[in-house]
Amino acid sequence: MDLFFDNAPTLWSGFRVTLQLTAVSGLLALALGLALAALRVAPLRPLRAVSMLYVELMRNTPLTLVFFGMVLVAPQFGIIPPLGFWTAVLCLTLYTSAFVSEALRSGINSVGVGQAEAARAIGLTFGQSLRLVILPQAVRTVIPPLINVIIALAKNTSVAAGFAVVELVATGRRLGQAIPGEAVTILGGIALLYLVFTIPAGLLATRLEKKVAFAR
Amino acid sequence: MRTRLARVAALGAAAMLALGACASNNGGGGGDVEAGDFPEGSTMAKLAEAGTITIGTKFDQPLFGLVGPDGVPEGFDVEIGKIIASELGIAEGDIKWEETVSSVREDAIANGTVDIIVATYTINDTRKEKVSFAGPYYVAGQSLLTLKENTDIQGVDDIAGKKICTVSGSTPEQNLLENYPDAEVVPFGAYSDCLEPLRNKQVDAISTDNVILAGFAADNDDLEVRGEQFTDEPYGIGLAKDDTDFRNWINDVLEEIYEDGRWVEAWEKTAGTVLPTPEPPAVDRY
Repeated sequence: MDLFFDNAPTLWSGFRVTLQLTAVSGLLALALGLALAALRVAPLRPLRAVSMLYVELMRNTPLTLVFFGMVLVAPQFGIIPPLGFWTAVLCLTLYTSAFVSEALRSGINSVGVGQAEAARAIGLTFGQSLRLVILPQAVRTVIPPLINVIIALAKNTSVAAGFAVVELVATGRRLGQAIPGEAVTILGGIALLYLVFTIPAGLLATRLEKKVAFAR
Repeated sequence: MRTRLARVAALGAAAMLALGACASNNGGGGGDVEAGDFPEGSTMAKLAEAGTITIGTKFDQPLFGLVGPDGVPEGFDVEIGKIIASELGIAEGDIKWEETVSSVREDAIANGTVDIIVATYTINDTRKEKVSFAGPYYVAGQSLLTLKENTDIQGVDDIAGKKICTVSGSTPEQNLLENYPDAEVVPFGAYSDCLEPLRNKQVDAISTDNVILAGFAADNDDLEVRGEQFTDEPYGIGLAKDDTDFRNWINDVLEEIYEDGRWVEAWEKTAGTVLPTPEPPAVDRY
């Protein structure tokens, strides 16, 4: 236990970076995912195709390869992203937004088609019917899967450890190297620190789910 | 037809025998070793008796222990392993090579998976609590790799405020953080991942053991190792803890091959192709 108190400042800085990565990428991924989901149900075929292509591409690429592409391959084509935090945010956002979009799309599909038809019938535009009629109903059903996506994102931030970001896992590796023979204890502690925000996120999901539940 | 075939076969067999005889004579006195030459019950006697030895080495370390497409490891560590085996009267073909990555080395010795480890294995006090070390047979050290065109960094004194790429959770990273707090450490997952950021000037230098950097410099004309090495990493031969007879015997072998030129020969045909030939380090009989 002393091991963790003695190294509290180091662990805290790693924890903070993981938290920041999760929060910033999470918010950006929600926004981008929402836009992608809207495109996916848009009345124009090319828009739907663009969204589908993006989602399938990102959903089926391992996150490590997204990082590799951005950090090591993109520079060969003249795109040089800054090393570290913001490139990690970019990769995590691009990747996670595909999953957000799919979760939202499933919610949108769960809203009866009659709702959309009724909305259009009273003269609402596509945007208005999505915003005022469909999404408010869709969001209720997608809260649990969305929280799932965010929990996955929190753990996925560990991939950034291999790409110039010193978050929890990279911090754990440093401590493991500095204190020989304690690597297992340290990694165990790191795993527990992830629970500090993944468990409350799960609890929040349960509460929100109850709150927004409605009879169909 | 049958007699002709038999004759060819006999000729072939004779040639093989002759070759075999030559090979064992080349062992530098290792050819006609028998178990009886060693003290009874010693590890050397047991290995010589068995006629085989299991040696742990790296399979992914250029110049020291690297397995090619044919599955045979090559490098300076491998050559040192072969010399020790030949001193026990064990032919090259009877050596069993086992991959020992850094994190499993102590365990591999403790549970007897390998007899000895020659795997860029730095001797240090925490490791001495779990295994015994013969050697060192080479002293590596942390150094810097930069672009040839870089004139700012001539050595470790110039790295304050510079971005230095290394591997997350490695000894070089720890050394930089502790002793060069003014340098900005940029940790990646592997040293090879540092090459592109270096070329794109996103980092100023790569830092780790000189032998690894020399491998990169040899493969890339635009890169150069800069300055003297600023740590000492004595590479030792790991063996079972407190097997003092075996350790002393390996140390004797090392001193012998320093003298008779076999150490230099092993170096020159492996790591010596890209690194200068150093003086053999003094064996540490702690």
